[in-house]
Amino acid sequence: MTTARANRFTPYLFLAPAALILAVALMYPIGYMVYASFLDWNPSQTIGEAEWVGLRNYVNLWSDAAFLESLGVTLSFTAVVVVIEMILGVGLALLLDRELRGMAVLRTLFILPMMIAPIVVGLMWRYMYHPTVGIFNRTLKSLGFEPIPWLSDGSWAFASVVIADVWQWTPFIFILSLAALQSMPRSALEAARIDGATGWQITLFIKLPLMMPVLIVTALLRLIDSFKVLEVILVLTNGGPGLSTEIMSLRISRTASEFRELGVAAAMSNYLLILLMLITMAMFTYTKIQERRTAAQRAASEEA
Amino acid sequence: MPRIVFDKVEKSFGSVNVLPPLDLTFETGEFTVLVGPSGCGKSTTLRILAGLETVSGGEIYFDDRPISKLEPKQRDIAMVFQDYALYPHMNIAQNMSFALRLGKRPKSEITAKVNEVAETLNIRHLLDRKPAELSGGQRQRVAMGRALTRDASTFLFDEPLSNLDAKLRAKMRTELAEMREALDKNMVYVTHDQVEAMTLGERIVVMKDGVVQQQGSPEELFKRPVNMFVAGFLGSPTTNFIAGHLTEADGALRVQGTGFDLPLAPELAARVRDRSDGLRDVVVGIRPSSIGLEPTGAQLELTTKVSEYLGSQSVLVTHCGDQEILVELESSDRIQTGSTLSYGVNLSELMLFDPKTEQRI
Repeated sequence: MTTARANRFTPYLFLAPAALILAVALMYPIGYMVYASFLDWNPSQTIGEAEWVGLRNYVNLWSDAAFLESLGVTLSFTAVVVVIEMILGVGLALLLDRELRGMAVLRTLFILPMMIAPIVVGLMWRYMYHPTVGIFNRTLKSLGFEPIPWLSDGSWAFASVVIADVWQWTPFIFILSLAALQSMPRSALEAARIDGATGWQITLFIKLPLMMPVLIVTALLRLIDSFKVLEVILVLTNGGPGLSTEIMSLRISRTASEFRELGVAAAMSNYLLILLMLITMAMFTYTKIQERRTAAQRAASEEA
Repeated sequence: MPRIVFDKVEKSFGSVNVLPPLDLTFETGEFTVLVGPSGCGKSTTLRILAGLETVSGGEIYFDDRPISKLEPKQRDIAMVFQDYALYPHMNIAQNMSFALRLGKRPKSEITAKVNEVAETLNIRHLLDRKPAELSGGQRQRVAMGRALTRDASTFLFDEPLSNLDAKLRAKMRTELAEMREALDKNMVYVTHDQVEAMTLGERIVVMKDGVVQQQGSPEELFKRPVNMFVAGFLGSPTTNFIAGHLTEADGALRVQGTGFDLPLAPELAARVRDRSDGLRDVVVGIRPSSIGLEPTGAQLELTTKVSEYLGSQSVLVTHCGDQEILVELESSDRIQTGSTLSYGVNLSELMLFDPKTEQRI
């Protein structure tokens, strides 16, 4: 083999270990899961003994009330947390984008929740939500109010898991928004002041539109993440009471372990996977459109 | 159009004092250029005038109205920034009309105004584009257009041409000069480029370390600089400064140094005699254009080291003793490198400076 040809293969040689690990650790399990979703498979059987049922698992799920309920919970959970987190995160970033003493400390404090392991967050909030010794109810009681059934009432439980998630993930949006704000051209903001814009108008007409590309990607990232949320809810409510907080990943885990229906669980996982892939593709498409627009503008400016 | 007065305006950033108390007046309808090396406080002065920086002390008056506490929007100013500062997400028409739209002016009026300004600046065909799709020169024009659309009483320019290439800069300079004639507005223009200052300014304010060194018409500053800094800063190629000392022979004052011995023009001699401090050591300032091949009775022996051809002019880098002297000549006068010739000095343009205070005598 000539040196030139050997050189051409070198990159692939270097990529081979990573490709191998990906194939074993990622592609194989996914393929396995896709295959399993076409089976009526009980954990006591080997995969070879399971009966091939074609698309039955997929079709049946649409008439399974519990699955639909869980899908609904997931969708509303995702929508609610992402909206609240976006508003709070962007709002905080707009407020804290200034030179004040101690701002560095404050910023670090704000992003602390994000660094805590989700299981720990779940435990922490479970203690705080505790009906008798939790800090919320003790405080309410000492102020003369009725205690709130944080985790034992359906609607309250949903609100409680939303609060915990918002507490943990608002910082993520906050830091990305802050970075977007700080990379903003200062002179454009000054020009807006000279043009007579008030603080609100600058935020509304200059800052937010300029942050939009970052905000859209941030929202999509949060969307993907919140579809997959598991630990905090598992620790806080384990999906209850009833099915009020049973999000998809919990439902999948219970279908596999409690109901012992591996094929159905696999089909559910695939639905979730498809949903997430759609969002991811939307994100990639968006970035690609952005890139293309920038490239077109650059070309136009060079021509001009 | 107000008359703008800076009354002992001070500015510090933390412990750094950028402007010591500054007194400055901008007359109604005047085109004033603030010029100086970077860090001299000229941009800070402009930003304080715009309201983008607060003052640490003193007051600014528009006519008799104190304005230092007012927001930029209450000052009736428009500003052109060095990096243009266009709004990247708006198209050109939206960029230009932003202020009017904030002011809730009727749509028809806004469109008419934008079109009118775009027409004069020759950017009508760009109105639908985004800033990123424009070249540097076009963006510059749009920035100018945005300021013009405002119809403010005072226009501020913060080094508006420094991001352009040399050719475009010269072109825009001419257009600015035309604009200056066409518009009856207060204009304050900040630059570090002395050519821009000389060509554009009706009045030039030379600043250094936050202190106004001298202000006046370009000609006044060029011919009668008050100190070595102004003499060295304005004019290109830069003024030659040579150490010398004063002598008196047969009742006539002369200035001597290594390799030269020049008589003083009568007015200059009279000014030297008027001084009572018995100054002997001086710094001689000679503009490169004050030296020529024609004999003037005041000759300098110069050895040419390098000849820089600039088209119609040539700049010679010569030596007089151990000091370097620049000479500006017509290019048609071919000077051999290495040759030593006798050059005539135009004595009426000769300047003397006190080496301690650097003030002109």
